Amino acid sequence: MSGPSTFVPQSALGRWFESRLPLGGLVHSSFIAYPTPRNLNYFWTFGAILSFMLVAQIITGIVLAMHYTPHVDYAFVSVEQIMRDVNWGWFMRYSHANGASMFFVAVYIHMFRGLYYGSYKAPREVLWILGVVIFLIMMATAFMGYVLPWGQMSFWGATVITNLFSAIPLVGEAITTWLWGGYSVDNPTLNRFFALHYLMPFMLVGVVVLHVWALHVTGQNNPTGVDVKNVQRDTLPFTPFATVKDSFALVVFLIFFSWWIFYVPNYLGHADNYIEANPLVTPAHIVPEWYFLPFYAILRAIPSKLGGVMAMFGSIAILAFLPWLDTSKVRSANYRPVYRVFFIVFVLTCIGLGYLGAMPAEGGYVLASRLLTLYYFGFFLVILPLLGMYETPRPVPATIADSVLPQGGARLQPAE
Amino acid sequence: MANPSTVEPTRRDMLFIATGAVAAVGAGSVAWPLISQMNPDASTLALASTEVDVSSIPEGGSLTVKWRGKPVFVRHRTKKEIDEAVATPLAQLPDPQADKARVKKPEWLVVVGVCTHLGCVPLGAPGSRGEYDGWFCPCHGSHYDTSGRIRKGPAPLNLAVPTYDFLSDTKLRIG
Ligand code: HEM
Ligand code: FES
Repeated sequence: MSGPSTFVPQSALGRWFESRLPLGGLVHSSFIAYPTPRNLNYFWTFGAILSFMLVAQIITGIVLAMHYTPHVDYAFVSVEQIMRDVNWGWFMRYSHANGASMFFVAVYIHMFRGLYYGSYKAPREVLWILGVVIFLIMMATAFMGYVLPWGQMSFWGATVITNLFSAIPLVGEAITTWLWGGYSVDNPTLNRFFALHYLMPFMLVGVVVLHVWALHVTGQNNPTGVDVKNVQRDTLPFTPFATVKDSFALVVFLIFFSWWIFYVPNYLGHADNYIEANPLVTPAHIVPEWYFLPFYAILRAIPSKLGGVMAMFGSIAILAFLPWLDTSKVRSANYRPVYRVFFIVFVLTCIGLGYLGAMPAEGGYVLASRLLTLYYFGFFLVILPLLGMYETPRPVPATIADSVLPQGGARLQPAE
Repeated sequence: MANPSTVEPTRRDMLFIATGAVAAVGAGSVAWPLISQMNPDASTLALASTEVDVSSIPEGGSLTVKWRGKPVFVRHRTKKEIDEAVATPLAQLPDPQADKARVKKPEWLVVVGVCTHLGCVPLGAPGSRGEYDGWFCPCHGSHYDTSGRIRKGPAPLNLAVPTYDFLSDTKLRIG
C-alpha cells in the first residue's frame, strides 16, 4: 500500500539529509501519510499500546538492572534494596512488574481481536506468524524476569518450567542440566536468565519491526474484513486520525496501568515471592503468573508427563497454523453467525482455563480442565476447518465506505 | 547448450565443495564451545560429596540433607514400612523396582527428594505422606510409597537413589 514516498523535507538541511538517508520519507510514509481503513474501532489501538509497553519495559528494566545483582546470595536483597533504598526504586519495580502484566493484557486483547476479525487470513499469514513469535519471546522474557527477584515462586516456578524439558525422551535430562548449568536451578541459572532477560526484549524490538513492516505491506484488516478497494473513499491518513485515536486509547490504558501501580501493586503477584528462595522447601501451592495460567491448566489436564508438556507447547504452536485451519473465506466474525458463537465460547474457555490453572489439581477441577482443553483443541482442529464448509455467512458490505458512510461515501470528493 | 546435469564436474565445483566443507567444520567447531559453556562448569562438577550422621534419626523419622543443590531424604524406616515396601507386587508399580534394589540396609532409605514429575520437593512429614505412606508431592499430586516408588499421579519414575556408602553404622557418605 505504501509506494515510493513523495515526501520532500521543508528545510535545505532536511533535503540534504533525505537524499543521503531517506529516514524522513520512511516515517512519513509509515506513520503520517499511511492510509488506514476509516472504520477501525478501538480494538485497533492495542498495537500502539503494545509498542508503548515494550519501550516502557525496556526503560524501567534498564533502570532496575543498574541496581540489581544477579547472584543467589544477593538477588533477593538487591530487589528489597530497590524497594526501600533506591530513589523511586519502588516506582520502577512496581511499574516493571505490573508493566509485564499490562503487556499481556494488551497482547491477549490484540490476539483475540485478530481471531474475531480474521486478521490472520490471506494475505496476512506472515504477519500473524510473526505475532506468534512475538508472543513466544514475550512469554520467555516474562518467565525469566520473574525468576530474577529470587523469591520462592521465582525458584520453584523456574524449577517446574525448566523440568518440562526433562520430558523429552532420551535427551531430556541432558537438556535440563544444560539449561541449569548444574544439577538444579542455582547460581549459573540465575545468571544466564538475567543475561537472556536483558537480551530478549531487544530481539522483540527486531521482530516487532518485521511485524509492522509486514503490516504495512498488506495493509490493516478492519471490522468488516473487506479489502480496501478505493484508497480515497475507504481510508484516512494515519496522521492525525490513527495517531490521535491511538494516543487517546493509550492515555486510558495508562490510567488503568497506574491504578495497578499505585493502588494494588502486589495484587497480581504472589505473597510467597517475598520469601527468599529455599531449594529445600516447595511452597504448598505453586502457581505461575496469571498470564500463564491457561497453559498451566492444559499442562496439568493431561495425566502423563510427556503428554502434558506436548499439549502445553502444542496449544501455543497451533496458533501458527491458524491461517490454514480456518477454511472460511469470510474474514470478520460480524458476518459469520455460527463462528461468532464458537468464538465467544472459545474466549470463555480460555478464561475458564485460566481460573482452573490457579486451582489445585484435584477432583472436579481436573475434569473441568480436561473438558476445556478438549474444546481448546477442538476449536482449532475440528470446528474451524469444518465451519468454513458448512456455515452460511451473512452478506458482506461491498466496500468499507459502504459500511460506515451514508451512500457509501458517494458524495466524498477525491482529495486531489 | 549442454544439459547441465551431463556436464563433467569441473575443478571449480570441487573447490566450491571443499571450501564449503571447511566452512561448515569451522562454524561447527566455534558453535560447540558456545553451546558447551552452558553445561555445568568444573567447580559444579567437583562439588564434594556430603557426609551425614544418621544416629540422631529415630525409627520412623527422617532427615533432609542438601547434596548438589538438591534435597536428599534419609528415612529410618519402621518394620511396618519395610514390610509394606517388600510385599508390594511389582505388577502394581508404574516403574517396577523391588525394594531390595533400592536400599543398602532395609531400615535406611536414601532417595533424592526431587519429584520426578517437574522437580518439586515432595512432603514427607507424618500426616502429609500421601496415600502410600511415603511422600506426597503437592505440586501436581504424585504419591510415593515407603520405598520412594511412584504409585499414583503424573510423575513417571521412582524417586532417584543417589550413590552412597555407609562409612560406619551411623555415618553415611552421599555422592
Ligand atoms: C518484554 C519486556 C519485559 C518483560 C515482559 C519483563 C518482565 C519482567 C518480570 C515479570 C519481572 C519480575 C518482576 C517482579 O516480580 O519483581 C522482571 C524483573 C526484572 N527485569 Fe524485566 N521485563 C522486560 C524487559 C526488561 C529489560 C529490557 C530489562 C533490562 C535489563 C529488564 C530487567 C529486569 C530486572 C533487573 C528485573 C529484576 C528486578 C525485579 O524483580 O523487579 N527487564 N521483568
Ligand atoms: S512436580 Fe511433583 S507432581 Fe508435579
